[in-house]
Amino acid sequence: MAVALPQARKFLLDRQRLQGLMPLVALVVLFVVSAMISRSVGYGREFLQPGNLLNILRQSSYSGIVALGMTFVIIGGGIDLSVGSMMAFVGVLAVATLNAGGGGYGAVALAAATAIALGAALGTANGVIITKGRIAPFIVTLGSMSIFRSLALWQRQGGMIQSQSDVYEPIGSSSMLGIPTPVWIWILLAVAASVLLNRTRYGRHICAVGSNEKVAQYSAIHVDRARIISYAIVGAMVGVSAVLWTARLNSMSSTNFGKDVELDTIAAAVIGGTPLTGGRGSIWGTVIGAIILGMINNMLNMAGVDVYLQGTVKGLVIIAAVLIQRKL
Amino acid sequence: MSPALVQTVDIAKEFSSVRVLHGISVEVRTGEILGIIGENGAGKSTLIKILSGIYTPTEGRVLVDGREVDIRTPEDAKRLGIRLIPQEFNLVADLNVYENVFLGNELRGRAGLLDRKQMIRRTAEVLASLEVQVDPLARIDSLNVAQKQMVEIAKALAFDARLLIMDEPTTVLTRREIDLLFQRMRGLQARGVTLIYISHKLREVREICDRVLVLRDGAFICLEEADALPVDEMARRMVGRELSQVFPPKRTADGEVALRVEGLTVPGVIEDVSFELRRGEILGFAGLGGSGRTEVAETILGVRRATRGRILVDGKPVALRGPPDAVRAGIGYLSEDRQGSGILTQHELVKNVTLVSLGKYLRGLIDRRRERAAAEAYVHRFSIRASGIDTRLEFLSGGNQQKVSLAKSLDAEPRILIVDEPTRGIDVAAKRDIYRFVHELAARGISCIFISSELEEVIGMCSRVLVMRGGRLVGQVEGEHITEEEIMFFATGVKGEA
Repeated sequence: MAVALPQARKFLLDRQRLQGLMPLVALVVLFVVSAMISRSVGYGREFLQPGNLLNILRQSSYSGIVALGMTFVIIGGGIDLSVGSMMAFVGVLAVATLNAGGGGYGAVALAAATAIALGAALGTANGVIITKGRIAPFIVTLGSMSIFRSLALWQRQGGMIQSQSDVYEPIGSSSMLGIPTPVWIWILLAVAASVLLNRTRYGRHICAVGSNEKVAQYSAIHVDRARIISYAIVGAMVGVSAVLWTARLNSMSSTNFGKDVELDTIAAAVIGGTPLTGGRGSIWGTVIGAIILGMINNMLNMAGVDVYLQGTVKGLVIIAAVLIQRKL
Repeated sequence: MSPALVQTVDIAKEFSSVRVLHGISVEVRTGEILGIIGENGAGKSTLIKILSGIYTPTEGRVLVDGREVDIRTPEDAKRLGIRLIPQEFNLVADLNVYENVFLGNELRGRAGLLDRKQMIRRTAEVLASLEVQVDPLARIDSLNVAQKQMVEIAKALAFDARLLIMDEPTTVLTRREIDLLFQRMRGLQARGVTLIYISHKLREVREICDRVLVLRDGAFICLEEADALPVDEMARRMVGRELSQVFPPKRTADGEVALRVEGLTVPGVIEDVSFELRRGEILGFAGLGGSGRTEVAETILGVRRATRGRILVDGKPVALRGPPDAVRAGIGYLSEDRQGSGILTQHELVKNVTLVSLGKYLRGLIDRRRERAAAEAYVHRFSIRASGIDTRLEFLSGGNQQKVSLAKSLDAEPRILIVDEPTRGIDVAAKRDIYRFVHELAARGISCIFISSELEEVIGMCSRVLVMRGGRLVGQVEGEHITEEEIMFFATGVKGEA
């Protein structure tokens, strides 16, 4: 029977609960502020229009899906800087597969399968090099970031690739019950990721690995395997997102596609309360983090902030989020 | 009588409302060597950490030269001339000697650049005054342990230390190095430096100290002239009870062999280690630090790869490529390095308990109800003091952390359990609990390997003790032959072929 230490307990629970709620509080505050700004700059109630809110969710979903995987990588004590470039490379091959397959529904399925499998394979490669080669994740994925982008550029010689399918774009722009398809998929994947993190052996193991690798090793956990799987997961998420996004755009640029996705996904996880030191994290926090980033973009657009300055705001938000985490 | 350099008045310290130091009032006289002794958890480290500014006391005052002072940081202590030489040295291996001596206090010349010449000269002076032959430009990682210790002392003296606190300075030294250290300590004393000397080695305490302070369970027991306190009296006051009360009655095990190790060799680490462990036996592993005891455990666990040798569990050879294989073979390990490889301090109690055994709680997903019930059961069985099973382990005391660590090893249901320094850094009551648990496990047929540097617990717990030296098994003592002297003869090479 546990002997109660009332003060310690109160202190503990409050602090943990507070940390867990911070992202949600931030989202609500941001929502209110955005609504007020949108009113004051004379766009009426534009921000609060359902169409606009759904658009924010759709815009957030593409990197939000990748951020789910990034959360596992960061919890395991790693980082993946290659996701943006990987998305370009995977996207090029997905659209090429689609076109080669004739552009029908079968070809769409084939392209999606290719993208997810290729993403998982590239992620696995990252993970294997990191764990077996004992190289810092930062360095390995910095290298593969350059490789993937270069491969995408080489494939298209720096240009675009256009889908030649009649059904691809309609799928990408479709909605169910009024909610965009990518958002549905994001929600489903977030539920799955949350279960994986909180209710399975793998989830426990990746937390243990990120918290203290040696303890994990001595506790009979396959440390390398757990790490590699986290990179495979983020790779597969890149595949899913690449398909959804190219379908929406119906084309993609090998130069720009996937740009800043590494920044957005890492930021979403951090804003959502997953510390970069690993060991723990929250899937729903990451989802909220991604929405916060999407909302900030939307607000800046509405407020007429120069598009070139938006990166500055995003960067400041990320740094502020980490600072606040430290202080709590 | 010399005046007091440092005086503590009713110093008390609490950690998360657990009182670890109860109203200590002592005077440290100018120019004396004061010994502090006590068991692990007696409060020695807490007291000196308060004096050196690492902890701030919950209650009480500290006086230096009769004036009340406020020591909040190690910097404050340093300004007052109080320097701690920690057990684990605080030296940067990649820097050289003079850079370490002046680390954080670099001398600068006119342009704001480092005044290397001056720093090297001053370092050489200090080292010379200690009669130490070390080049100020030598890199730290090229020095041996005794030399590193001298660099630590030089680091203190370079800034006019008046009180030098040495925490277990001799554990890693050879007898010759100890003699040299004592000689230098007397030299410092002659120069008017006051020393506090903390050690478990009571004979050395008697040899070097003028007065001895005994602490037990965080309380003041006595402060007496060393001459008036024979070694056995020191021990009695430290423990405060007869040893036999602490340990459960010994058991003899003559069941079948549960674990057989044959010729286990890891080059440069352990050499040709062979032994048998019987069902329900508590087999002691003694030896000095670095003699290879933990390394044998790590090899059995598969963390280290053996180049030669076999391991047989219940008579069948097993291939142990890593801890997962060991767990499958029914081998559990309680780590000597609790926070380094034993438990996840940032994680909740319940998650630690089931970390190894999570497979038991899977029904597709983790069955949290059963998992929590299991954790509650251990909290009850081991009387773990925690505010609940969702408490993170960083908020538990060392003894309670160790009980969680033991629960974690046990929940995987091992038939062979290796406990490595199971009572390191925990208080007396928790120690007694751990002894009792290990004894109960053995009574239930679990075979235990009991690795410990504390001879009295090896002697108290085991009916057979293997002694290691330099990576080899050099001796075995049984029954009434298990004495401190006999074990030390083997451990230090007086007896037994190397």
